[in-house]
Amino acid sequence: MFSEEQIERYSRHIMLKEVGGKGQKKLFDGKVMIIGAGGLGSPIALYLAAAGIGTIGIADADCVDLSNLQRQIAHHTKDIGVPKVFSAKEKMTAMNPEVRINTYETWVNADNITDIIKDYDFVIDGTDNFAAKFLINDACVLTGKPYSHGGILQFDGQTITVKPGESACYRCIFPTPPPKDAIPTCSRAGVIGVLPGVIGTIQATEAIKFLLGAGDLLIDRLLTYNALRMKFREVPIRKKPKCPICGDNPTITELKDELEALNVCEIGEAKG
Amino acid sequence: MEITVNGEQKIVESISMLNLLESMNIDSRRVAVELNLEILPKREYATTMLNEGDKIEIVHFVGGG
Repeated sequence: MFSEEQIERYSRHIMLKEVGGKGQKKLFDGKVMIIGAGGLGSPIALYLAAAGIGTIGIADADCVDLSNLQRQIAHHTKDIGVPKVFSAKEKMTAMNPEVRINTYETWVNADNITDIIKDYDFVIDGTDNFAAKFLINDACVLTGKPYSHGGILQFDGQTITVKPGESACYRCIFPTPPPKDAIPTCSRAGVIGVLPGVIGTIQATEAIKFLLGAGDLLIDRLLTYNALRMKFREVPIRKKPKCPICGDNPTITELKDELEALNVCEIGEAKG
Repeated sequence: MEITVNGEQKIVESISMLNLLESMNIDSRRVAVELNLEILPKREYATTMLNEGDKIEIVHFVGGG
């Protein structure tokens, strides 16, 4: 049962018929894993903590850099040099001390990701490179873990939710990572600072809806956003029978790191 | 003939998917292309001719976060 203070804290949730006391309890019992504590990860982490998601994991091996602060709102000027997961945890705890936050100061890779995500109900991809994005897709598909994909660059963002076995996955759209150096990165091409706020809060919304079992998830449709033209589009996506991982005869049956893709975003300077 | 590209009508000659991407200055390595709801394998871009009424969605790789 909730204390009076909790009922007050979550009152604007509890009065929603889609949430109510029962829904708020579901959120409190919910476990969400955020991979990447940068641009996308920041609003995701702050909103999920504020919403009272009971257990939140956050993984990132990077430290806060001055150039992050234009968009990575969980990190403040005083945090420069601090590991992002600790900086994020501090803000989340300040916002909502009731939330349990597990930090993983590491990059995800084929060896550790299964273990990192296994205790969570829902995974959110807030990473900044294709190696991680494909790895997260593959790990979630192979372990049947629902997740939200998100990506941002310059003025463009995209997101889709994947329910493995039921809906299209990232590889149904993009079977393989782009060739090395084909795609610029945020650190080289820039990103408008508000963009991760738009995409990240949509991803956090999906996690909350998933835990509540309310509404319709963003499955089988890729939501694309262009901030310059201020246009959202939905691209219908079908689960592909020939998908290399979730299709009828998958060619990917175990996790491996996409080494070619690692170079797409120089990991050393990847700032999430 | 008329086709729809990312929700917008477009008049084109008889061209291949690869021609269409080139005419739009799109690097085919940077996108996935959906033709009438099916993702088109990259190796088929050059040999797939567009038809009247085709609905095409061009989706870029977006890898930042």
